[in-house]
Amino acid sequence: MENNNIILSVKDLVVKFKVRDRVLTAIRNVSLDFEEGKVVAIVGESGSGKSVFTKTFTGMLDLNGKVTNGEVWFEGKNLMENKTDEDWLKIRGKKIATVFQDPMTSLNPVRTIGYQISEVIIKHQGKSKEEAKKEAIQLMERVGIYNAEQRYNEYPFMYSGGMRQRIVIAIALACHPKILICDEPTTALDVTIQAQIIHLIKDLAKEYGFTTIYITHDLGVVANVADRVAVMYAGQIIEYGEVEEIFYDPRHPYTWGLLSSLPQLGEKGSELFAIHGTPPSLFEEIKGDAFAPRSDYAMRIDFEEEPPMFKVTDTHFAKTWLLDPRAPKVEKPKVIQNLHEKLLALTAKGGIYGEH
Amino acid sequence: MSTNQEKEVLLSVNHLEVTFYNNKKRFRAVKNACFDIYKGETFALVGESGSGKTTIGRSIIRLNKTSDGDILYKGKKINGKLSKDDQKEVVRNIQMIFQDPAASLNERATIDYCVSEGLYNFGLYKDEADREAKVDQALEAVGLLREHKSRYPHEFSGGQRQRIGIARAMIMEPEFIIADEPISALDVSIRAQVLNLMNKFKEERGLTYLFIAHDLSVVRYFSDRIAVIHKGRIVEIAPTDELFNYPLHPYTHSLLQAVPMPDPRIEKSKELVIYDESKRDLSGEKPQLREIRPGHFVFANDREMAEYEVKLKEMEEFKKANQ
Repeated sequence: MENNNIILSVKDLVVKFKVRDRVLTAIRNVSLDFEEGKVVAIVGESGSGKSVFTKTFTGMLDLNGKVTNGEVWFEGKNLMENKTDEDWLKIRGKKIATVFQDPMTSLNPVRTIGYQISEVIIKHQGKSKEEAKKEAIQLMERVGIYNAEQRYNEYPFMYSGGMRQRIVIAIALACHPKILICDEPTTALDVTIQAQIIHLIKDLAKEYGFTTIYITHDLGVVANVADRVAVMYAGQIIEYGEVEEIFYDPRHPYTWGLLSSLPQLGEKGSELFAIHGTPPSLFEEIKGDAFAPRSDYAMRIDFEEEPPMFKVTDTHFAKTWLLDPRAPKVEKPKVIQNLHEKLLALTAKGGIYGEH
Repeated sequence: MSTNQEKEVLLSVNHLEVTFYNNKKRFRAVKNACFDIYKGETFALVGESGSGKTTIGRSIIRLNKTSDGDILYKGKKINGKLSKDDQKEVVRNIQMIFQDPAASLNERATIDYCVSEGLYNFGLYKDEADREAKVDQALEAVGLLREHKSRYPHEFSGGQRQRIGIARAMIMEPEFIIADEPISALDVSIRAQVLNLMNKFKEERGLTYLFIAHDLSVVRYFSDRIAVIHKGRIVEIAPTDELFNYPLHPYTHSLLQAVPMPDPRIEKSKELVIYDESKRDLSGEKPQLREIRPGHFVFANDREMAEYEVKLKEMEEFKKANQ
């Protein structure tokens, strides 16, 4: 993963939580480099650690959580050496901003929209009230709020869900961050609104030149936004690669499972592929490949020893023993072979995306 | 408006209106909704939040009052005033599976109680042994174990909780199930499990589903017919393949287009279509739901109908040319 334009570099990160006298390991030794200007999507189911992973970049772990090992390098500094809130304030919001899933809980319900945007501008850019208001209105217009001047004095409850999420994005952009973390920004929104918000984030990324880290479980969204994809399972990145490599040439059985269970690939009347079982408990120590008990391709070694990251191409890595030269050659499941052709057949009929 | 005479109509919704009042402000959540659901089919209601799809589902099981129109179940009116016995009958025959499995289960009751609550309410068991046997059977059918009975809802994962939700609907031996976004709150790897389970029950017990959803990719796999609803108004009804191949109403079109496809090459070349009612030509007389092809209904007036017919022809030709 060597590259000169690395903006954020994570090395051997381990995060543990103390829950009712028991220790839960949420992130198990994760290393990842983020390239400047690229959109990295982190995919995984709930509990896989994708949110916890990115929360460490801004020091927003819950109080019972702790980084017990590892480094996060950003602008020549190891962020894990930050101790006080003051240290973090130089990074959080200013350099690395986050857009959360639920726009209602990330806005203050008793303050006007305008106040909440200009507050950030005044605090971080040291501008006067009038200047801040002017810039806030500009930002609101930029994220697609009509009558921004009038709506400046309205409260969050007067906005719809999609509009609120636009405001949260405006606030995040107010400090011109280097990195924007989007933590399931569209999960609470309708599909039509989701499409618009995704589009907006993409446009803004070009305009403001920030690097985007996109957390989602929706593979459709990933296909739309991502340059690179990291698949997480049980606190580890199990596959990482260019978006086309992950969709058209996946290597890890878990990625196979995720793709195979897509309802788009299901044929009416026949059963949908389902990954059986549930993810492992992170309270216990995991031996071998965490996905092995649910995998149809597990070998004996999968239960005994943890697989290393195998290199597939210069940009594509997967953590599975199947890539070991000694492993039997296994092809990906039939359902996801020729994925592009199959999905194209769904669209070109003049149907889903009918070109009319 | 049935076109297929051989199929038996199980539920018929005619000119349904649901109105909410808030400080004398009137809000029409459902406007003149008409549709039939045939026995043994899966009928999907699709729309964005606030479109009234859940309100329709809730008024069928009498959780919302209707302000006009009829809901007929097996030809018998089930909305408005009913005798106690009739009410009971409706509640037993029509069961609902809710979106959020955590919120719909009683936190302080064991799974045993949660699942058998319906049996208690309707006295549907002979003796304690009979009740227990029924609960065991229901749990087993959804893939849970007998020893889970003494546990509490918080001890289960989201997917398991949704199975409990399904188990307690199934134990009533209903004929008709309203599933309100049953998989939206679940993880991707669990969704397929729950969908397969629902399909299994449909086949084994000849159930009929009203499936309420916003995710069209799931709907395409799961349902036989689809109704698209926008701002309380049904704008298009068609069999699944027909709707996906020949979407006519501009809202249906934008909805289909907005669903992200899990394919980077398709997604990255896609253009965004935004449905804006204010920019549409709404001239002409009042539109209504009309049949354009057998089984395919669209909300239109004469002028729009003519446009849709032209569009339909174009699409058919486009398809022929591409085959």
